[in-house]
Amino acid sequence: MAGRRPPPTPPKPPRTGRSRDRAAYWLYLLPGLLLFVGVIGVPFIMNIGISFTEWPGIGTPKWTGLDNYKALFSDGEFWASFRNNVALIIAMAIIPTCIGLVLAAALTDFIGKKFGPRTASVLRACIYLPQLLPVVLVGIVWSWLLAPDNGAVNEMFKAVGLDSLAHDWLGDPKTAIWSVMVVMVWIQIGFPLVIFMSGLQRVDPSLYEAAEIDGASWWRRFWHLTIPQIRPETYVCLLWCTIASLKVFGHIYVLTKGGPGGATNVPAYYSFQNFFDKTEVGYGSAIATILTLIIVALTVVFLRVQSKDLGEEQ
Amino acid sequence: MTATSVEPPIKAPIRARRRRDPSSYVVLAALIVLVLVMLIPFVIVVFNALKTPEEYSTNGPLAVPDGIHLQGLKDFWERVAFGEKLLNSVIISGSVAAFAVILSVLNAYALGIGRITGRLWILVLLLMANTLPQEALVYPLYYLSKQVGLYDTRLSVIIIFTVIQSAFGTYLLSSVLGSFPRALLEAARMDGASTWQVLWRIVVPVTRPTVAVLLVFFFIWTWNEFLIPLVFLTSNENQTVSVALGVLQGQRLMDATMSSASALLGIIPTVIFFLIFQRTLTRGLTAGAIK
Repeated sequence: MAGRRPPPTPPKPPRTGRSRDRAAYWLYLLPGLLLFVGVIGVPFIMNIGISFTEWPGIGTPKWTGLDNYKALFSDGEFWASFRNNVALIIAMAIIPTCIGLVLAAALTDFIGKKFGPRTASVLRACIYLPQLLPVVLVGIVWSWLLAPDNGAVNEMFKAVGLDSLAHDWLGDPKTAIWSVMVVMVWIQIGFPLVIFMSGLQRVDPSLYEAAEIDGASWWRRFWHLTIPQIRPETYVCLLWCTIASLKVFGHIYVLTKGGPGGATNVPAYYSFQNFFDKTEVGYGSAIATILTLIIVALTVVFLRVQSKDLGEEQ
Repeated sequence: MTATSVEPPIKAPIRARRRRDPSSYVVLAALIVLVLVMLIPFVIVVFNALKTPEEYSTNGPLAVPDGIHLQGLKDFWERVAFGEKLLNSVIISGSVAAFAVILSVLNAYALGIGRITGRLWILVLLLMANTLPQEALVYPLYYLSKQVGLYDTRLSVIIIFTVIQSAFGTYLLSSVLGSFPRALLEAARMDGASTWQVLWRIVVPVTRPTVAVLLVFFFIWTWNEFLIPLVFLTSNENQTVSVALGVLQGQRLMDATMSSASALLGIIPTVIFFLIFQRTLTRGLTAGAIK
């Protein structure tokens, strides 16, 4: 791995000093690793253990070997829920990252310069606001807005004469997943925006000034300067939002409870149901283990692409 | 409002050079429309928080309130002993934000600057703190915390979330530090600075905008966490705001105006926190610029 990376600077410091340095850096990792083992490592191993048992959450778990996993692989409900997850990845990771990039560039480079940084940060704060809303409240507010009889969305359509568009947005299996997607985009946009705006502050302003003097249009600067400069943040954002969308259950719980008829069910919510509603803790643990393995595999692939892409650039 | 009132005089000559052509007003107008759409749900919450239950049932959830009725807010505050919950949430979220940022900086320094061998796999491992669904952690952590006598303490929640939140910080910071200008580090090392000094005098100051973002995120994320605090903070005097909100909501004891009142009280603290730290998010502009 280290061999792939060319030395960043030609005059290399002596080899011995370098490797002693590297060893010293392990000390910085020590607290993080120790805490990780206690809070995540041991519980995860226990979770794997529970997944081989049948257990209602109290009493002694009954060892059943691979039964839970066998059941899981033939469980159509589980695999169907992954299809809905693709929709959520689009709504929670891909769309917000794209919109976030454009908004961050527009706010930093355009509004910030022409109307002052304060205008930019007020606008940013407003767009970030949905991120501050606890999940329970997201459910309450959007149920009002999307209510079939007197919800704000339907009232708005009626007001402009489009009565035929009024709809039971969360109750119809055809529109439920789309409605959830819109809500998730609304929630997520602020997250990439704040990350990208902080990333843009690292960029040397003289780069922009040079491009401007060369007569590059705003879009050209956005494409050739802004996006390459905040590539590390873009990777982080995409991966993080994808993981979040694979783990999402709170929002599904408050908006649709996976319904109607499983139209918005996702694996994480399915595992949550097994843990707490059906108290099939063993089966829930098996789902959680499989989900974790899928997410970890995705993370590894993603980080390899990221380190290759960012590493070669230097 | 305050956004345009005070302008630093130094910026005037630069501003004059960049004219505000019509297209910039179009962009501003488009952004303001977007912001208004984003804010509609909040406006509705505020409206309903200020209504009486009777007014709500006659005029519906979307009507503008007749006047300002604070009874819903007051009732909710008293019913859940909101002051106490607020203090718990501040203690827990504040500690988690601080500890998780420190942990993230240390981890990311070893991974991003130290470039220790196998860093990709260590990062994958540390990221598992976040990739693992929380519901899978609840049962094991419950038993472990009982064993070490930390069950039903705020400390247990602080420790758990310090680890969970620091996964994101480690990842973001180590990605950013991976492209840290090596020349700056080499120069410091030539001057005989130790790795510890390099970390606090060079790396942290340069990445301050990112560190500020992490502090804000961690505070808000921890504030809004529900499942683990619900399980670990069973006694009433340890509970947090979002647990109190969720529990009351689940019991269906509140009418719509009182839930709006609770919603309003529940997000005011994080909004205030975010607005205070807004300034930190932008101040890095000059302090953090790498030349």
